[in-house]
Amino acid sequence: MKKFLSLILVGLMSVPFMVSAEELRVGVEGAYPPFSYKDASGEMLGFDIDIAHALCDEMGVKCTLVEQDWDGMIPALISRRFDIIVASMSVTEERKRRVDFSDKYYNTPARLVVRKGSGIRGTKEGLSGKRVGVQRGATHQCYAEKFFTDSAVKLYGTQEEVFLDLAAGRIDAQLSDAVQAEEGFLSTPSGKDFEFLPGNQYDLGCHGVGAGVALRKGNDGLRTRLNKAIKAIRANGIYKKINDKYFGFDVYGD
Amino acid sequence: MEERSWVEWFEQASTNDWPLDVWLILLHWELFAMGLLNTILLVSLSLFFGGILAVVLALVRTYRLPVLSEFVWLLTYVERGSPLLVQLYLIYYGLSQFVFVRESILWVILGNAWWCALIAFSLNTAAYTSEIIRGGIKSIPRGEIEAAKACGMSVWSQLRSVILPRGFRYALPAYGNEVIFMIHSSAVVSTITVIDILGAGRTLNGKYYVVYEGFLMAALLYIVVIFITTKFMKGWERRWLDFLVR
Repeated sequence: MKKFLSLILVGLMSVPFMVSAEELRVGVEGAYPPFSYKDASGEMLGFDIDIAHALCDEMGVKCTLVEQDWDGMIPALISRRFDIIVASMSVTEERKRRVDFSDKYYNTPARLVVRKGSGIRGTKEGLSGKRVGVQRGATHQCYAEKFFTDSAVKLYGTQEEVFLDLAAGRIDAQLSDAVQAEEGFLSTPSGKDFEFLPGNQYDLGCHGVGAGVALRKGNDGLRTRLNKAIKAIRANGIYKKINDKYFGFDVYGD
Repeated sequence: MEERSWVEWFEQASTNDWPLDVWLILLHWELFAMGLLNTILLVSLSLFFGGILAVVLALVRTYRLPVLSEFVWLLTYVERGSPLLVQLYLIYYGLSQFVFVRESILWVILGNAWWCALIAFSLNTAAYTSEIIRGGIKSIPRGEIEAAKACGMSVWSQLRSVILPRGFRYALPAYGNEVIFMIHSSAVVSTITVIDILGAGRTLNGKYYVVYEGFLMAALLYIVVIFITTKFMKGWERRWLDFLVR
């Protein structure tokens, strides 16, 4: 009897530890195709989503996706609504003051998109007096407010809303990730009258070194495991498989 | 040790040590001032245009004008039956989907987020206020209106000297609530790029990836605005409803 009771006790004690070790809640966005979007049935799809699942499989943990609007992403991580963010979040100095990051898992440039034949040039002077749309809380907000100081910078909750207003003509230009703009807008019917301006817009202070997995500060164990998992999926071909599903080139960068 | 002015000390402590970065908020006082101004302007103008429309709608319903009355009923039903955010999105993102809207003269107004918000808010508050005024008119003792008729007053003078002044007085306490609700609901404009009080807070949060600073400052500003508005409405009630206060 005593043995039986102690067995139950041991069993009860181990349950919470097993659950916390096995489960990881992942913050994702769902409005940033092709990195993160929802299909008609509301299921989450995209590069970020696949990478999140691949990293969890590699680390041997069970992942639950939690949907979160972009501008509340870091606050939600800090207030423990989820444990990591896999949402194309660039690693920047300003963000590093609030959260920790893994190594990058991809890096793509930022470019300006305008209406074809608009004659706009992608410089401070060229955009003077123009309305430039960016996603609120994105690295592009930092960049636009830093460099396009003579323009009216408009802030949106999601990147999809930026494209809606660009198509509607409420803004003259928009700044965002080049791959996302190509796949999520320019290659779609609503983006057919629009084009990239030549050249990348890059600032180390604003854009950082690429997109990484964000986690709360002081979680070095988890960070090491994430870095290992990123290396592992790069090496074992899983990353390439996911990459080729969405892109014609390697988005990891150099 | 080097001498430091208290301003430098404040900046250092606020940025590095305090749980809440007060310095960051003070640094962006202009952003919040702009937000405050936008909220006040937007709400006052909506209440003004919505108020005028509400009186007309209330009279159409009170006098049961044929066809028009049913139309107004439908309008108030839809406006009161759906969230303001949905109405705002329908006007802002919905109408801009149609090429003929974008190419029409209407686009001068609909192309601008601020004006879209003004239209959505005015219609919304007009719907609620018209029901409040209608209720106020209904509360007038029948005898007063019959007395006005017996005196041989025309419909116009009945309205001007009896029905509207008495109806407004009965409607005032409920209207005070509507004004407060309108100030609260106005926060939805921050979703369509207008920098109102909440928009200012979200911009700050977005720029520095902070959690509380923007929202707390926004909440504080809303509380101040609501406090002043409540005082004002109370004063108005005291002037108009003196005969009820005993």
